[in-house]
Amino acid sequence: MKNVSFLIDVTKCIGCRSCQVACKQWNQLAGEKTVNTGTHQNPPILSAKTWTLIKFDEFEKEEGVNWFFTKIGCMHCEHPGCVSVCPVGALEKTETGAVIYHDDKCIGCRYCMMGCPFRIPTFEWDKALPYIRKCTFCYDRLSEGEMPACAKACPTGAITFGDRDELIQEGKKRIESKPEKYNPHLYGEKEVGGTSVLYVAPKDADFASLGFPVLGERALPTWTHNALKFVPGQIVVVGALMSAFYWLTKRKMKNKAEPEEVKHDE
Amino acid sequence: MTNKKDKVFGTGSIVLLVLIGLALIVALIRYFFGLGAISNLSDAYPWGIWISFDLLCGVALAAGAFVTAAAVHIFGGETMKPLLRPAILTGFLGYILVVLALLVDLGQYYRIWHLTIYWNLHSPLFEVGWCVMLYLTVLALEFAPMALERYKLQAPLKILKRISIVLIIAGIVLSTMHQSSLGTMFLIMPEKLHPLWHTPILPVLFLTSAIAVGIAMVIFESTISMRVFKREPETVAQGKLAIGLPWVLAIYFIMKIADLAVQGDLGLIFEGSTASYLFILEMIIGVIIPFFIFLSKGVRQSTKAMFNGSIFVIAGLVLNRFNVSLFGIKAPATASYFPHLMEIMITVGIVSAGIMAYYLIARYFPVFSEEH
Ligand code: SF4
Ligand code: SF4
Repeated sequence: MKNVSFLIDVTKCIGCRSCQVACKQWNQLAGEKTVNTGTHQNPPILSAKTWTLIKFDEFEKEEGVNWFFTKIGCMHCEHPGCVSVCPVGALEKTETGAVIYHDDKCIGCRYCMMGCPFRIPTFEWDKALPYIRKCTFCYDRLSEGEMPACAKACPTGAITFGDRDELIQEGKKRIESKPEKYNPHLYGEKEVGGTSVLYVAPKDADFASLGFPVLGERALPTWTHNALKFVPGQIVVVGALMSAFYWLTKRKMKNKAEPEEVKHDE
Repeated sequence: MTNKKDKVFGTGSIVLLVLIGLALIVALIRYFFGLGAISNLSDAYPWGIWISFDLLCGVALAAGAFVTAAAVHIFGGETMKPLLRPAILTGFLGYILVVLALLVDLGQYYRIWHLTIYWNLHSPLFEVGWCVMLYLTVLALEFAPMALERYKLQAPLKILKRISIVLIIAGIVLSTMHQSSLGTMFLIMPEKLHPLWHTPILPVLFLTSAIAVGIAMVIFESTISMRVFKREPETVAQGKLAIGLPWVLAIYFIMKIADLAVQGDLGLIFEGSTASYLFILEMIIGVIIPFFIFLSKGVRQSTKAMFNGSIFVIAGLVLNRFNVSLFGIKAPATASYFPHLMEIMITVGIVSAGIMAYYLIARYFPVFSEEH
């Protein structure tokens, strides 16, 4: 497998949260105090102790309501913003495709949190020496040839684990074969240059209303790279210009000084 | 020189010391109980007032050092020389304060030196970090003659004099690099940052506004120190430095508006959203009003008028940096952020430490007079 990937099928998720629990168990994440926000979504948001979460969304329709369950977590972008902005390279896009974090390098600047279009990295706000926390695609399991804990735990097949290219084909096949059931958009195929976690959604839910950010196809790191590539030139040009002006100024001052008596050399 | 009969620690100093003490206590709380204990920062708002004010405004406001150094030594503005040493001192202290703030803000603050061993050349923050480290060294060396003169250490003074132009050019290069790269940092969020501020030329805009505010800060800071130390006003020097200011502001204005026009976003200025009002405010206060103020020759002959004008530029810049790094950034609808009192206390304490340090150094070292 070249590039690990999930295809998450929102139509198949029954909201049992097995994945959420499996993630906590495998990664030994502590429980957290939560608040009741009036839905079954619990805890309400991702945190350093909750790396994946089932979102519960209710939409009224002509008769009754639509109830959708969406697993959220790190998208393991193909061109991750978080990796590109981290000043010390504490985040890494591994050759498996998983985006992982190295505790021992991080300085805790939280730029990765700002640079992630999905707002995935979370921070240990309650610790004296806090780290960034997020889904690792169960990198430790991958290296043992095991699939991630959440995918293994899912009882309905809402999380398919596999190679990215194959899962893109699979997602498209599902959409094409049942256009009456699926939203035509395969989320993650193109967003910000592609993500390793792909989503198909029910026909009567668009991704924005399920809480997904509406993103362009441009890979985010190209924005910063395009600016940073001018830096070497900037050094040369500014350095040369300043030296040139300095030289000119000095010459002008000498010329001015010469006609008068030359008393001392500066 | 200063009047030795003045009390060193008047009421002002005592207030400053109390504010510094309070900030130290808050910092201790942070070091034991984490950032959550003293701030309203959250996963929805990972960056707050420390990044917007202490880092972004701090670095921009310290730009006076490189701008004045360029004016005096590169472009031969000898008349502005009296402003140079105070500007270097302000810059030097400014950058130290930025680092102090980061030592509170960074999760793993004791690893700030990791930048030297773990490199990510793709990160704008990596570049900013390196430039700040190097520029701080340059500023320390530019400041050093003041200390060396005081203790009459001729040998190192001679060496520094010989390399001074190299230091100055290095300082200018490093400054243009990181002043612009601070803007580059926000390019990574095209969907989060409001289109009134997100633009590929943000680095250029950051550099230009830093030059403008650098000039304004030198006028501001030299006027205050004149009053505090009861010295003759440096009106001529200030007026000379201020000649460039309206043109820098004009260039900024044209670039900003032209860029919005090219992107087809001019309409956003009048869309009536909070962002559009903040943008209009920022442009009027920080660019348009001071452009007209400093355009007038009469203003440039009056320290008081220039001082008032500089406040506009400074206020506009502060608003701009907050807009780019905080107000203009989309956060989840359910989240909100207003700095915690203790967050503000850190910032206030750090600024107080800067003022206190400036006061003491200017009092005991030859900051306002250069030996020949
Ligand atoms: S979703 Fe965010 S945290 Fe995950 S790889 Fe992409 S940018 Fe990084
Ligand atoms: S918080 Fe850590 S992982 Fe995130 S960008 Fe900063 S150094 Fe990198």
